[in-house]
Amino acid sequence: MTEPATEAARSPLCARLDQVSKLFGSFAALRQVSVDLEQGRCYVLIGENGAGKSTLLRILAGLLRPSHGNVRVFGNNEPHEARERIGYMSHAPMLYDELTAQENLRYFASLYPRRACLEPAEALRMVGLDPELTRTLGQYSQGMRQRTSLARVLLAVPELLLLDEPFSNMDVESARQMVELLAGFRQGNRTIIITTHQRELAAPIADWVLALRAGRVASFEHGSPTL
Amino acid sequence: MPRALWTHLVKDLRIEWRSLDAIVSMLFFSGLVVVLFSIAFDPRGAFSQQIAGGVLCVATMFASVSALNQAWAREIRHQVMDAQRMVPSPGAELFLAKAIANFLFVSIVQVLLAPFFFIFYNLRIAGDAWLLAVVLPLGTWALVGNGIFFAALSIRSRNRELLLSLILFPIFIPALLAMVQATTGILTGESDPTLWIKMLLGYDIIFTTVSLLLFDVVFHAE
Repeated sequence: MTEPATEAARSPLCARLDQVSKLFGSFAALRQVSVDLEQGRCYVLIGENGAGKSTLLRILAGLLRPSHGNVRVFGNNEPHEARERIGYMSHAPMLYDELTAQENLRYFASLYPRRACLEPAEALRMVGLDPELTRTLGQYSQGMRQRTSLARVLLAVPELLLLDEPFSNMDVESARQMVELLAGFRQGNRTIIITTHQRELAAPIADWVLALRAGRVASFEHGSPTL
Repeated sequence: MPRALWTHLVKDLRIEWRSLDAIVSMLFFSGLVVVLFSIAFDPRGAFSQQIAGGVLCVATMFASVSALNQAWAREIRHQVMDAQRMVPSPGAELFLAKAIANFLFVSIVQVLLAPFFFIFYNLRIAGDAWLLAVVLPLGTWALVGNGIFFAALSIRSRNRELLLSLILFPIFIPALLAMVQATTGILTGESDPTLWIKMLLGYDIIFTTVSLLLFDVVFHAE
């Protein structure tokens, strides 16, 4: 396993996982994972179903606590303390079906009083959605929900972006647009971690590719980013 | 009112306004309880005055539980709660907003139900009628405040609907007793409800404070 930060300390660390394991009962979702994640990089997590990708993301988001080991995010031993600086997008849209996209985003923007959030309409335009749509989210297609979910995450302009399968339910062209958007986002020294089964879609922005197998780090290699 | 509390409250009211899920289900359920009790006991005269307080409280309780069971359903669906756990605003404000919203829903049902209640039970109020405007909100808050807290506590359980009733009803007994006694005292005019109202007030203060203090722990539990 190669660890970039120990190879050469090019950028300040955004997050560090040290011997992190996560047990659900007797099932080990993560086993002694140690990774250093630098600021301003894009990491792509690959692996089969059940490899531990989503668990790793949820631990970094502070939504799960490791059973063993330590996690530091932006220097905090508890990632939850840095939650204001983290954006997390899950498989599910994490939005209310009964509200419109604008109403959903306005709701979440109001919950970040100390951050200069994007305007909801601006965030929607960034992900290629029409802010004037009056339909509620329940009437959106899966792809549109996915875009709205990304808009929610971008709203607070987080410094660490955790995206769990962002390209699922998206056609190739939409996925390509999302990758371009994320490439622009990374330019602002922001860190992006993406889990995906579609490695080729994320390849243009992948600085590093981390492969997980049965909860362990199987490989940690340089990517070949083109964006 | 804190900004996050207001934001959560407006969101809950807007969603209920569009769906009317909680209010319609509660109204239907509590209406059924009132009708069924009136058929079962054939309430007339003094007997009607004696049981009416209990029937009103039980109808409110069962109807509220049907809504409380669904109080966090929208947050569980699509993992909205995870997004709420990631925001920097305190969880206590989410709890309080949810409790206030559900308190308003139950109060609306009580107001809509009141005329039918008086017709079916041939009621006339012998005591101070205005005291009902104190007793019912205090009793409703006791039920809803605890209900929202314990519904959040049982979210991760597979049998959460059963669990909520099993936890909530025993804890609500002191408030139910005070609510029934105070209501009966007001309807019959035979006893002074002041002591029961004080008990309800004390119950509300204690349980709301404890819920506010503990909600963040429950909310952020895995």
